Amino acid sequence: MKQIQVLGSGCAKCVKTAELIQLIANESDVSVNVTKETNPETIMNYGVMSTPAVVVDNQVVHTGSIPDRKKIEGWLK
Amino acid sequence: MLSIFTTFADWLAYSVLGLEQGSKLGGSVQFFIEDTTKIFFLLVVMIYVIALIRASLNVERIRDYLAGKNRFIGYFMGSTFGAITPFCSCSSIPVFLGFTSASIPVGITMSFLLTSPLINEVAVLLLLSLVGWKVTAIYVAVGMAVGIAGGIFLDLIHAEKLLQPFALKAYQTAESPNSEPGIKTKLTLIERHEFAKTELLDILGRVWKWVFIGVALGAALHGFVPESWFEENLGSGQWWSVPAAVLAGIPLYSNATGVIPVMESLIVKGLPLGTTLAFCMSTVAASFPEFILLKQVMTWKLLAIIFVLLLTSFTLVGWIVNLITVL
Repeated sequence: MKQIQVLGSGCAKCVKTAELIQLIANESDVSVNVTKETNPETIMNYGVMSTPAVVVDNQVVHTGSIPDRKKIEGWLK
Repeated sequence: MLSIFTTFADWLAYSVLGLEQGSKLGGSVQFFIEDTTKIFFLLVVMIYVIALIRASLNVERIRDYLAGKNRFIGYFMGSTFGAITPFCSCSSIPVFLGFTSASIPVGITMSFLLTSPLINEVAVLLLLSLVGWKVTAIYVAVGMAVGIAGGIFLDLIHAEKLLQPFALKAYQTAESPNSEPGIKTKLTLIERHEFAKTELLDILGRVWKWVFIGVALGAALHGFVPESWFEENLGSGQWWSVPAAVLAGIPLYSNATGVIPVMESLIVKGLPLGTTLAFCMSTVAASFPEFILLKQVMTWKLLAIIFVLLLTSFTLVGWIVNLITVL
């Protein structure tokens, strides 16, 4: 199962990002575990400065915006 | 060119809605229609154009640029970047930590964070179109001065010692940041357009309600406060009116977009410029919601220091500007 974290201090966009990833995963029948990370120290340790950011299996793959559908489908493969 | 909005507002308020020209209500409604249509038109055009130009500038590149700069150039550049990079207040914590863990002094980071809410392209454009270039120039100069002076002061008192322990540790043990350096790829025109479109929708989505609230307040002031009330009561810039304006601004919370239509009305009604600036900057920058956010990386003591610092500088700004404009 893929571990996906959404980094962000709880702003509306971060919530949307997490929901979108979960939605697309459900649609394409991929089992994922989407969690939200709001702790500033953890976010800092990933070296992320623009949120929302997405971490897939401990790799930062996206920062600064709500990712588009194509990108998300790419991570789920 | 912008007079088309006046004509449109006159037509809608007096001909279509049948309000009486010169009445309080008529004047307020006319002001509201003129300002909202004009502001939204300017916002759409200017946010898009500026985002096209700014597309390749991001906080990662700014961090790389500020790291290792000479301190005094650093304060100035930090404040300048704060003025030209709009970012949502929900990003201020990651940005703060990103700068701090790249070993950029807290003062330079704070120059960036203090200037950012005060000055942005939207505010500058609105000021230019509503109150003219002189007030705009003073506003920008004052906003940057507060950011720079605030940053220098915070470094003088070694504000980094008052950070939350993990942030202080990150500052002291800063190696090269473990994130990727800012991407420097050249963007194509299509990518720039996509970026500008996203920015436009994002910023409009955030500020539209402030425009309505701000213009409505401005319109109410415009129509219902008697022409000479401010002039007679506060017009000579009584010394106490400035700290009073700063205090009045604290519980009010708006961003720069919302406060500028109010500013326009206050100036037109004869409130001295310094008092107006003090009130507006206090409304924009001294807001509790954002201070509570900063608590995640700072101790209460540092937060209190920054708060008092802001209030003091806005008061000083008000006095100085009032003094200059009287002479």
